[in-house]
Amino acid sequence: MRWGVVTFPGSLDDSDAVYALEQVLGEQVVRLWHNDRSLYGVDCVVLPGGFSYGDYLRAGALARFSPVMESIVRFARDGGLVIGICNGFQILCESGLLPGALIRNRGLSFLCTMVRTRVEDTDTPFTRNYRQAEVLHLPIKHGEGCYVADPRTLEELEDNRQVVLRYVDSAGRATEEANPNGALRNIAGVVNATRNVFGLMPHPEHACEALVGGADGAGIFRSVRAALSEGQPTRVASVPPGL
Amino acid sequence: MRAKVYVTPKPGVLDPAGKAIEGALHSLGFEEARDVRLGKYIEMRIDGDVERVNGRLEDMCRKLLANGVIEDYRFEVGE
Repeated sequence: MRWGVVTFPGSLDDSDAVYALEQVLGEQVVRLWHNDRSLYGVDCVVLPGGFSYGDYLRAGALARFSPVMESIVRFARDGGLVIGICNGFQILCESGLLPGALIRNRGLSFLCTMVRTRVEDTDTPFTRNYRQAEVLHLPIKHGEGCYVADPRTLEELEDNRQVVLRYVDSAGRATEEANPNGALRNIAGVVNATRNVFGLMPHPEHACEALVGGADGAGIFRSVRAALSEGQPTRVASVPPGL
Repeated sequence: MRAKVYVTPKPGVLDPAGKAIEGALHSLGFEEARDVRLGKYIEMRIDGDVERVNGRLEDMCRKLLANGVIEDYRFEVGE
């Protein structure tokens, strides 16, 4: 399988995502540029963290209109797998591929810390290698990570088991104290209704090897590999003629 | 023509920046300030007849200037 990691002007974590995938996990990666219209036949797209287009207007609002995003929206609507991390999550919400929005942290401060998140659902191509309710130790670093959605959307997310990660305390409970940014219902990550698009605020690509303090994030990428090698129904980006 | 676009957090959406400003106003002695909400103001020059300009501004707000999940918008058009 091939991974595509997108670089927008202002992306920060694209190289870390490429490093984690290539050097740590031994995957094949294609670097995608914001002006690319082709996705070069990749099987899973990663939208990395950072400040695409300077976060002008709203985080993720401008990246959504880049040529590569038009192709990614089509890819996702056809069932292609997409992971949005941090700024990537914000872009997915702005693009309408994921419900809800991410607003300024409750405490106003930029947060750069380790958090615990609980795997709420393993029935996704992104979490199938974890155990149900497994607690992952992952880093966050964001100023606008407070997940919000209207009450009806929140109910739908819960009913369809689309909440995939929730901030929890050391005992695995989703308490107010364990919530770093004020996200409604402690939501740290969600999938879309068809479960092929995943957005999360924590950074799994920064948690793939013991050297950086833990490898709890690697399971997300390994899950995708397992899902794709088992032929879980999904679509591969079409390669345009001439490539 | 000049257009002025106002984008504000929807009622009920948490606005921690507005809250912080309200706190600062109170500590400066402006205790009467209530429900402070921080939004955005965008101005631009836009030409065309009024009806078309209004339609175009509506489109801009829906597609880009405001995020309907968390924000409301309104605009004024003048000379």
